Amino acid sequence: MSNAATLAGGFPDLSKLPVARQAHWMRWFTAAAIVAVLLTIGRAFANGQIEWSYVSRFLTAPVILQGIVNTMVMAVLAMALGIFLGIVVAIMRLSPNPVLKSVALGYTWLFRGTPLILQLLLWFNIALVFPTIGIPGLWSARAVDIMTPFLSALLGLGINQGAYTSEVMRAGMLSVDAGQYEAAKAIGMGRLRALRRIILPQAMRVVIPPLGNEFIGMVKATSLASVIQYPELLHSAENIYYANSRVIELLIVAGLWYLLVVSILTPLQMLLERRFARGFSQTAR
Amino acid sequence: MTQPLVAIRSVSKTFGEFQALKQVSLDVSAGEVLCLIGASGSGKTTLLRCINQLTPVDSGGIWLDGELLGLREEGGRLHRLTERQIARQRLKTGMVFQRFNLFPHKTALENITEGPVQVQGRDRQEVRSEAMELLARVGLTAKADAYASQLSGGQQQRVAIARALAMKPMLMLFDEPTSALDPELVGEVLSVMKELARSGMTMLVVTHELGFAREVADRVVYMDHGAIVESGSSRDVLGAPREARTQAFLSAVI
Repeated sequence: MSNAATLAGGFPDLSKLPVARQAHWMRWFTAAAIVAVLLTIGRAFANGQIEWSYVSRFLTAPVILQGIVNTMVMAVLAMALGIFLGIVVAIMRLSPNPVLKSVALGYTWLFRGTPLILQLLLWFNIALVFPTIGIPGLWSARAVDIMTPFLSALLGLGINQGAYTSEVMRAGMLSVDAGQYEAAKAIGMGRLRALRRIILPQAMRVVIPPLGNEFIGMVKATSLASVIQYPELLHSAENIYYANSRVIELLIVAGLWYLLVVSILTPLQMLLERRFARGFSQTAR
Repeated sequence: MTQPLVAIRSVSKTFGEFQALKQVSLDVSAGEVLCLIGASGSGKTTLLRCINQLTPVDSGGIWLDGELLGLREEGGRLHRLTERQIARQRLKTGMVFQRFNLFPHKTALENITEGPVQVQGRDRQEVRSEAMELLARVGLTAKADAYASQLSGGQQQRVAIARALAMKPMLMLFDEPTSALDPELVGEVLSVMKELARSGMTMLVVTHELGFAREVADRVVYMDHGAIVESGSSRDVLGAPREARTQAFLSAVI
């Protein structure tokens, strides 16, 4: 059925005409300018005082490779400790118990309020405060023996991370609809079981993107543990350039490895996100 | 007279300045289907939530199957029960929510088996086959592996009813189970509820579906401003209300 008869005339039919491509002169200009700048910087580095052969030689040196392994081990363990503490502290923070709530607030305040490098130094030097540590009557040891660079770095990084992660976790738990708590209670669940079975799995979906961010931060924050002699990537690079004075070359080696690791982590995060998006999109299977 | 399954005595509840329940008393006998009607804010949902202890009462008492809910009398004082004890008492009631509240990260089947397996610690295989029977009962066998996001509102609510039934409750509470549904989906949920009523389940239903109340309810209770105004058979309350307020409400909604 046509309604052409009822439409006013004087308006040409445009439906057959193609739309011409717009010329983006400004885009071409800025692109050219950026390429020019990058070329200049690249040339400067190529002609600068950098021995690129040292970069390629040390890129796969055993000490550097061991440094990356140590960096990743520390990042994973400290992040695991941080996530564990973060969940516990977030649950305490959201608890109706005012004592637990205050403890959670105090923890976040203390460890978020002081520099990470200072906390690492404090853990490493804790023997100055407590020469021996242990359980009275059962077991004790000299603190210098126990507080190795590894344990100091783990505690320093993990406990600090826990303070940040608790806020991420709390946001995730608050994002879950209150009706979910009620439905869990209605089938007889207590608070902790409801958190573990119903609330946290749903909170994970919201929490993974910021946690991925935090983990990437953690990989780089392990470099701070070089100040307490933990043999991670930066510390290994430093040890080499203390011997051969190729400071920039070794720093570039370390930088390339950090970049590579972070580049690998990004797609891993996307896989995790997909896992926890179960049930939340129409295409989820 | 035999002991009522639910005995509500002088229950009051205040939210800030707002008095949601004023000295409400009510008996529900086993096998009875009771519909609570009234305008929003009349206290009917609060009363239902008090029975399931999602809302603690301020004063008065509710007994379910002879057991005082949420409180313990000792030395002339009332003590609140621990969360664990309250969780155990909740096992006797099943609750169906207005907004379904299915667990979105679990399939329909997993929603149903979650409580029996995790809370009651029953055998997974046995619970699973029971859950499949419940899904068949609500007509959703084909949707066992679907997530809530893949189900219509009516289907979600039917899964929610199956989830509550899986705990084998002695009392089912329905909080406006069809209010969040598109009109064409109301019927499928109501027919599941009718079948449940015929099977002899004790049901307390907060509803605006007067047709359902007329057809299924043994008793209809009209509430207004936190108090029970009128209570009787559906024929009497809906057909020939005695109270002026009930008459006004009914003429406004029909």
